[in-house]
Order: sequence, then structure tokens, then C-alpha cells
Amino acid sequence: MAGNLLSVEGAYKRFGGVHALAGASLEVSAGEIVGLLGENGAGKSTLVKTLAGLHSLDAGTITLQGRPFSQGNPRSAREQGIAVIYQEPSLFPDLSLAENVFVGRQPTTGGRVDWRGMVSQTQGLFDGLGIDLNPLRPARGLSIADQQMVEIVKALSIDASLIIMDEPSAALSAAEVAQLMTVARRLKDQGRGVVYISHRLDEVTELCDSVTVMRDGATVATAAVAQIDTTQIVRWMVGREITEMFPKFDAEVGDVVLSVKGLTRAGVFHDISFDVRRGEIVALAGLVGAGRSEVVRAIFGIDHHDSGTVSVSGSVLRNGSPSAAMSAGVALVPEDRRLQGLFMPAAISRNIAMTVLARLRSRLLLRGISERRVATDWAGRLQLKYANIEDPVERLSGGNQQKVVLAKWLATDPALLIVDEPTRGIDVGTKAEVHRLLSEQAVRGLAVLMVSSDLPEVLGMADRVLVMREGRLVAEIARADATQESVMTAATISGALA
Amino acid sequence: MMALQRLRLTAWDRGIVLLLILTLLFGGMSSELFLTGDNLNFVISDVSEVLLIAFPMALLIIVRDIDLSVASSLTLASAVIGITYEATLSMPIAVVAGLATGSLCGLVNGLLVTKLGLSSLAVTIGTLALYRGLCFVLLGDMPISSLPMEWTDLAFYPIGSTFLPWSVVLLALFGALFWYLLHGTRFGRWCYAIGQGEEAAAYSGIPVDRVRLLLFVMTGFMAGLAGLVYTLRFASASPDGAMGYELIVIAAVLFGGVAIAGGIGTMWGVIAAVLVWGASRSLLQLAGFDANALVIVSGLLLLVSVAIPQLISRLREQLGHRSPRGGNPTRGEASLPSGNEVVHPSPAGAGHDQGSN
Repeated sequence: MAGNLLSVEGAYKRFGGVHALAGASLEVSAGEIVGLLGENGAGKSTLVKTLAGLHSLDAGTITLQGRPFSQGNPRSAREQGIAVIYQEPSLFPDLSLAENVFVGRQPTTGGRVDWRGMVSQTQGLFDGLGIDLNPLRPARGLSIADQQMVEIVKALSIDASLIIMDEPSAALSAAEVAQLMTVARRLKDQGRGVVYISHRLDEVTELCDSVTVMRDGATVATAAVAQIDTTQIVRWMVGREITEMFPKFDAEVGDVVLSVKGLTRAGVFHDISFDVRRGEIVALAGLVGAGRSEVVRAIFGIDHHDSGTVSVSGSVLRNGSPSAAMSAGVALVPEDRRLQGLFMPAAISRNIAMTVLARLRSRLLLRGISERRVATDWAGRLQLKYANIEDPVERLSGGNQQKVVLAKWLATDPALLIVDEPTRGIDVGTKAEVHRLLSEQAVRGLAVLMVSSDLPEVLGMADRVLVMREGRLVAEIARADATQESVMTAATISGALA
Repeated sequence: MMALQRLRLTAWDRGIVLLLILTLLFGGMSSELFLTGDNLNFVISDVSEVLLIAFPMALLIIVRDIDLSVASSLTLASAVIGITYEATLSMPIAVVAGLATGSLCGLVNGLLVTKLGLSSLAVTIGTLALYRGLCFVLLGDMPISSLPMEWTDLAFYPIGSTFLPWSVVLLALFGALFWYLLHGTRFGRWCYAIGQGEEAAAYSGIPVDRVRLLLFVMTGFMAGLAGLVYTLRFASASPDGAMGYELIVIAAVLFGGVAIAGGIGTMWGVIAAVLVWGASRSLLQLAGFDANALVIVSGLLLLVSVAIPQLISRLREQLGHRSPRGGNPTRGEASLPSGNEVVHPSPAGAGHDQGSN
């Protein structure tokens, strides 16, 4: 390929007995955006980490700008011109943006840090990408999208020729994703290579010039985006056909399970009222920051609310008490599974059994075997892929981790299942399984409340869509009337549809 | 092997238990005085306060808190026992007052930590000085030593014809109780959970602050109980007693395999570690070392318990083993108390792709 920037060939990498990479390849040309796709566990992150200098390959070659890439040293990887933008950037919160951009290599004049030069260079880079941020402000309080922008600018300040974005859009709203794409295109226009990793296929087909699909550590396909469609990509990724993305079964809608009345938390959300019935899947849609997660946190009692009531099956829940919510039959699969959903270093069995310990005690003694039994049972029902039930959950792939969180809560036999971004950052195959599971639970008579930023998911799964904007419930849309346009209009335009 | 695992022994604590056995064997061979009834009686009495406080301290460190005020609480309880006895001439009342004092010290710590959201390290450094100061206020420079003989004798008199001192009853009772609490109850699972992820614990419906508060109160209570044993053993309540005990307790707990970063540890490891400490002290004493050398032992234990797991995990990395938990070869909650794991430059890096591919 002419103008080849990066070429990875025949990459192999083993961790213990696990082949993380088994014949991976990747080609990137200057001025090209390549979508790197694959299910969780396909080896994308290992490949990215190798390019970031964190791992060395066991076998295979990496050529960057015609020269062999020297592996295994993050600093040298940057100096060779590779920069990686992670999903959750790690800026220094108390340093200014300019200092963050130049951290560790501040420009100096005569031994002293050239502050003015640093700020003006940062400003110049911001302007070049159309980023509206003050280089003097601290990084603390920046949205994730803006933090990523700063990371991108950091990459430009070292004149990186290849910029890898590892699932940058997972936590971004639609508007922020659009801005990110604009910036990615500018990088491309400047003649840099971009590798864009995302689980959102529509983004990839919109933004990228070509896609490289990985499965089980190997590259299974590379194609120009113009020549393929998403069905083909999905087939490559999973190695099989996914017939139905959103399995939605007809469930009998019964009595009211959750009734929220006038729920208010000052400055966060106001006067939220809605019901969820048995057998129903109700989606809470809206932009990131509209207050959806905050509402479900208040329902579950993680946060206190200032006024209003939450009732489950007719009785009012105590304000700010997750254990009261749990005993009333509420389950919450939280937004951040690593931080809120799971005990990462603990065993799968410990994680699943954590919510049901009270009924596992036999003859005064809580024994590991009863935890393992209940965990194995649920792992089987959810088709969890694991080696040993006592392995730490951090060893599982993202999709399987999410199944552990679901298992942990389904084990409590809840009446109301709240799921916050249930399929964020998990692969297509598992995503379909999670959707099927939610549908099945609704048929079994559960009330399901789903917070989701994934519009196709909202439209595919929900019986009703509630839309929040700026802390208020602004629309309720029946399944029949719910379209991308109607939901987005309500979520973004004030005065519409209320 | 199975039996050992039922006792929840894992690599590190098994090492400590082995070390204890070796220490006892070595002691028996190197000094004929070591394995005598009198000396063992002395060793057990000598470790009793530290062990009593180490039980709850293990739980407290597992939930990622710490209590540095335990020695001061112990001494304050001791002072209250002395004063109450002088005032009422009733030991039962004095004992109750002492235990209540200890619990109250713990309650104050716990409330400051949970209600005001302060760091337990900072809070208990403060109360370490505060409680100690109160001892001097209460007792002045005058220790109280007019305690009834039938009580003070209890502290080191053996039970019947055995060599075991009466304090063994307390050690066995509370050892069993705290073992059960940590390894056999929901409360124990909660402690591990809070240590492994406080936010996830709250999202799992665990009453995090209530658990932490209760642990501070338990620690205070056990410091009060240790204060009682201490008072009886030395037949005196003095304001400068048990100096530096908090560090000995914490050193022993860490040496016993409890991770300073929380979430990891077993009761067996802690018990064995305290006994190793006591036995080595006795050995040094028998070999003629002075008191200063004995302080060095606890310092070394602390360093060893922090350094060795680090060294092991670094060694593993160099050997190219990508160990998932800085070295946890076996099952159960305990792995080596490891600090650094494989470096992840991004918090996001840990989540996807790696592992099951």
C-alpha cells in the first residue's frame, strides 16, 4: 500500500496460556482513518497496548514510517510518533490544560519554564482543531469529551503521526461524538493516521475509510468501508449471523411496580413522576448529563432526594437507603460496572453471591461452597464464559463482567430491575444476549427500567420511552411513536413535544 | 490441603503459620528455657493485649480504615478502671466502666470518620494524642496500684495444673468470635467487599458507614478489654502504659497478611503473626538482648511484611509471569498483600479485551 504509515504483520502475544494475539495484522496509511473492530476479548486492546509500548510481541513485525518500531517502552513509543487516546483520559486534575499538554517536557528558556510559550502553543493547537477551551483552566471538572480533546492536543504537541483512539465515544453524548469525529477528520486532513476503536458500528461506517476486524486474536478481515455494510462487519466480528439484534417478546403488562411521584433533588432533577408496570420495559432516554442516572440512583437510594416519593409495589421506600430498596425488590445494575457494579479483584462467586448472603447461611455459618453453588447456577443460566468460578472478575471480558453484574442482581429475585447503560462497551454478541435476557425477564413479570444512550437499543427494547432533558421529564413516547427523531427532538430541543 | 483450605489459609498466611512452627522448633532447640510452661505462660501473657486488639484491627484494615489510637484507648480504659475501683471498691463496676470507656473511644473515632467523612488515619492520630492526654489529666503522674489481689493474680496465674494463663480464655473466646465474624458471616463478606470497592459495596446495598462505625466501636471495646488485662497484669493503672502498642498491633496485622490497601487478609494469619512476634521477643530476651532490641523486632516485621510481597510481585513481573493479583496463587480472599500490579496507564485499559481472549 502506498504511503504506508503503520504495518503490523503476524503479531503473536501470549499471556500465560492465553493467546491474546494470534496472527494479528493492521495497516494504516497516512491520512487514513481505520476502524479497528472486534468483540471484547478479540485482542484489540492487546494490540493497542503493544503499539503504546506497554507490551512486546512474542512474534511478528511492526513497521512505522518504514522503520522497525522499537517495542516495549511507552516513552519510546511516543517519541516514535504513536499516541493513544483512552476512553477515560487521566489528566492531572489540578494542573492547567497547558501544563497537562506539556507535562514532563515543558518548553524552557534558559532553564526556566517558558509559561507564556506553553500557553500560546496550547492555544494554537486548540484553535487548529476548533476546540473552545481556555489553556489556563485546570483539568478538574472537564467533561470526558473535553479531556479527550486535551489528550488529542497532547498527541499533536509531540507531532504524533499515528493517533489511536481506544473506544473514545463510549461515554460521550451524540453531540460530543460529532465533535470528536470532526476533530478526527482534521487529523486525517493533516496527513496523520488515525485508528478508531468503537463498538458503535454506525460511527465507524460514518467516520472511517477502512475497517480491520479482529476475532480471537487474529485479523479476520480488512475492507474499505465503501464496499461493505454493517451486517457483513457483524458477521466477521462474531463469526456467525446475529439474526435479531433486539429480541423483543410480548409481555403481559400488569400492576404498577414502581411509582415515582414528584421526585426532586435540588439542582439535579425536578418533579419527576412516572410508573413502571409488571412486564414492561421502560426506557429513560436523554443526553448524557440530563439527570437520568441521578434519578435511578435516587430511586435505589444511593443518593438522597429532597422531595417526592418512590414506591415499590405500593409501599413508599425509605429515602437514601439501598438496603431498603433491595428488600422491597429493587435491583440496580449501575452505570460504571468496574467501579460500582463489581469487586474487581474478588472471585466471580463472591461477586454474584454478594447480594444474597442473608439466605446462604446454613447452620450459622456462611460457607464458600454455598456461594459457589448459587454463583455456578447463575453463571450457567446467563451462559457466562469463565474458567473457574473462583477466578477474579477482573480476568473476564467486559461483556462477561456485565453478565456477572446481571447475575448478582437477578439472584435477588427482584420485582423491579433497573439497568443503567446495560450494554455500554460490550461486544455485539453479548449485547444481543443481554437484550434477550431483559426481554425474558419482562415476560417473567419483572418491571424493567432502562437508562440508555444507545438510541437503537432504546427503540428496539422499550415499550415506552421517557425522555429527560436538563433534569426534567419532558416527554413520554409510546413504542409505536418512538423514532430516532422523536426521541432526539425531545432530548435536545426545549419546548418540543412536552 | 483441603482441610487447610477450609480454614481459609492461603499462601501468605500459610507461610506465617510455618514460620511460627519453625520459630517454636528453633526456640526449643536453641534454649532449653524456651518451651517450658513458665516461658510459654509468659509469652502468651506478653502477647495478650496485642492479640486482643489485633483481632478487630484486622477487620478494620480489611475495610481500608485504621485505628492508631488503640494504645491510648487501652491506657485510658486502664486509667478509668483504676479510678473507678478507687472510688467504688468494686472491680465489676470498674471493669464495666473500663470496657465502656474503650467502646466510647472507638465510637468517637468512628463517628468522626463516618459522619464527618474524615480519614481514619488523620482522626486517630488526633485521638491518639487526645486520649493519652486525658490519661495524664485523670491520673496526673500517679499510677494507681491498689488493685485487689484476687483479680491481679488472674492475669498470670495458670489455669489449674496447666501452664496456660487465664487470659487464654479471653484470647480463645474472642479469637473464635472474630474468626467467625470475618470468615463465617455476611458481616465478614461485607468487610472484604468494602475493602475491595467501597463504591461497589454501597451499590450492593451494604450499609458501608454502619459497618465501619461498628468496627471502630469493636476496636475500642477490644482496646478496653486489653486495658483490663494490661491493668491486672501490671497491677497498676499508669498514664504512660502501652506506649507504641498501636504500631506493634498494626505491624503484626500486616505481617499476618492483611493488605494495607484493604480487601485481603485472614484471621489465622494475624494470630500466627502475633505469636511469631511474641516468640521472637521471648527468644531474644532469653538470649540476653535488652528491651531496645525487642522494639527492633516489631520494626523489622513491619518492613518485611510490606517489602516482601512487593519484591515477590516485582520478581514475577521480571520473570514475565503476568500474575493477575500481584501474586495470588491460591483461592479464597487472601492473596499476597500486593501494592503495584502490572501498570495500566489508563483506567480504561483494564476493562476490555484482556483476560479471556
